[in-house]
Amino acid sequence: MRVALSTMSAINLNHPGRYVHWGVIQISVANLVLILLMVAIFAAAILLPFPGTRRRK
Amino acid sequence: MTAVPASPEDAALDREESGGWTGWVRRRALRSFPPDQLLPDKQPIYVASWIYVFGVATIAAFIVVLATGGILALRGPAWWHESSLGHYVNSTHLWSVELFMAFMVIHLWGKFFMAAWRGKRALTWITGAVSFLASIGTAFTGYLTQQNLASQWVSTQAKDGLNSVGIGSYFNVLDFGQMLMWHIVLLPLGVGLLVVAHVLLVRRHGVVPPFPPKDAHDVNSTATEGSVPA
Repeated sequence: MRVALSTMSAINLNHPGRYVHWGVIQISVANLVLILLMVAIFAAAILLPFPGTRRRK
Repeated sequence: MTAVPASPEDAALDREESGGWTGWVRRRALRSFPPDQLLPDKQPIYVASWIYVFGVATIAAFIVVLATGGILALRGPAWWHESSLGHYVNSTHLWSVELFMAFMVIHLWGKFFMAAWRGKRALTWITGAVSFLASIGTAFTGYLTQQNLASQWVSTQAKDGLNSVGIGSYFNVLDFGQMLMWHIVLLPLGVGLLVVAHVLLVRRHGVVPPFPPKDAHDVNSTATEGSVPA
């Protein structure tokens, strides 16, 4: 029960968003994390081998 | 009075051209999209890469978006605001949209760096780009119809920008009913038609190949030969 409550508090979104300020750029931490995650997935999609391709060569 | 064909070739041509507008559509469809090209069971070997997965991942997320949106439309706002199952379907609608947009942007990045408009694929690129813009509009009107403080904030902020470019009287973000209709009828219909056109164009022109190697000597050593099951 305590674990469940602490997990819920860890993802509690009922508070003002946190923002990163860098000069004229202002972006929420949530959006920044999402963009970085998408860039990481894009890089992984290019670099990781597709299953079965080695077998067919 | 029926004209008599001058030769057997003309007679064959008459037979081929007969059938009215339905025959014309059938012949045109078969010429543009032969069945083995419309539903292929093999793809070129270069398609065996994770970067080619994000187009179909976008379509899969879009189907979930449409299905959950349909359920929300059937059950109504009292259900999605009050019941636990309604909360779940509402959240699934949101997160499938998040995945839809993320997959579509990664697909866009991949196709941009492949210059996917090469080889008479300009219209494929354009339908993809316009469907991306239409999806942003659909997501925006979705934000406007959440019926909470966020939707009020977004609409009051957006109205000034839209009024400044002169479209506020046609696209009134403070009109909840109008925004709901845009969100659940007009924009999904537009995105759906664009996605269908986009996929048909991909089928017609094929998946864009990688850039050819600069050294012609390497042509035979690339992995662009052969095919893989679709």
